[in-house]
Amino acid sequence: MKAKNQRLVLLVLAVAAVLGAVLLAMSALKEQAAYFYAPADVARQGPPQDRNVRIGGMVRKGSVRRAPDGVTIDFLVGDDSPHLIPVRFKGIVPDLFREESGVVAEGRFQAGGLFVADEILAKHDENYMPPQLDVKTGEHKSESLK
Amino acid sequence: MHIFANPARFLKIARPLTPWLGWSGGLLIVAALAVGLFASPADYLQGESVRILYVHVPAAWLGMGGWTGLAIASFMQLVWRHPLAAVAARAIAVPGAAFTAICLITGALWGKPTWGTYWQWDARLTSMLILLFLYIAFIALDDAERERGGEGRITAIFGLVGAVNIPIIHYSVEYWNTLHQGQSISFLRGSSSIDASMLWPLLASALGFTLLFGAVVLMRMRAALARQKVEARLRRM
Repeated sequence: MKAKNQRLVLLVLAVAAVLGAVLLAMSALKEQAAYFYAPADVARQGPPQDRNVRIGGMVRKGSVRRAPDGVTIDFLVGDDSPHLIPVRFKGIVPDLFREESGVVAEGRFQAGGLFVADEILAKHDENYMPPQLDVKTGEHKSESLK
Repeated sequence: MHIFANPARFLKIARPLTPWLGWSGGLLIVAALAVGLFASPADYLQGESVRILYVHVPAAWLGMGGWTGLAIASFMQLVWRHPLAAVAARAIAVPGAAFTAICLITGALWGKPTWGTYWQWDARLTSMLILLFLYIAFIALDDAERERGGEGRITAIFGLVGAVNIPIIHYSVEYWNTLHQGQSISFLRGSSSIDASMLWPLLASALGFTLLFGAVVLMRMRAALARQKVEARLRRM
């Protein structure tokens, strides 16, 4: 075999080995490197107690309740599974926080299953469109953001 | 590719190609950003901040595409010992790092009004930051090895191994739960969840930045070849 071809074979094998190692590492990190737990994950593993975690999902339609003090809100986070997580948060939510939209909450589970969040982040989806085409809601939502 | 391995033949093509790429890229960027920043509609949810997309997405693609090119050049350098391959990889590193940094900065600026935070350690953001560190390490390693008078083989191996981060960045939003949204445009399936009125300025801007990237790489390669020539002449004196 010519030296050139030998290097080619050797290098292709080396790249394949490194790729294989990365795939193994990624599958091992599947749980640990997740940015948040979905309600289905929480239902499967049980709510992680005594430590700060992030949960994420969709704000259930019609579930947002504002407390009389004006700064505390309660809502339900769901996903494709039938499980729901009740969340309580005291503070200012991002502009894009709304019902039927993605949300990530950082905080702690209480003994009763209530999730008390210290921080709320809005998760954006992969859809980009002008307000006129927002047939789902039929209103110009971007106006309210100005 | 073997035809262009000859530096003299490469220069004959690169010299007239550089201004063409640079000017057409520059004009396309100005036109695309004018449409993107003023004529295209605001997003139904994000409002005006969606316009950062026209810089952020091309920068992200070029940061990742840059390392892909750098890895291919490193591979060719290691296997076929092309004299131009090392020059090309070195020329890509600096603009690649610059676009990766632009992607991270514009992403942070978009994240504050949209997510409510400049930075979070989710898989997409972290792997993109690692790409920036890889670029910086590549440049430092390359400088160190050239100072030592080496052929740049260690740098090439590093460029090749670093390429594993590219599929990780790409699939991070599908494989892990991330704060960053999933992919909107799939070139493989030819589908997009971005409305046409925003997609066209985005693709035009991406093409413009790509042409400019090409011009910068050619300029840097020509400068590197000129420097090699000068150094060779000085040695003969």
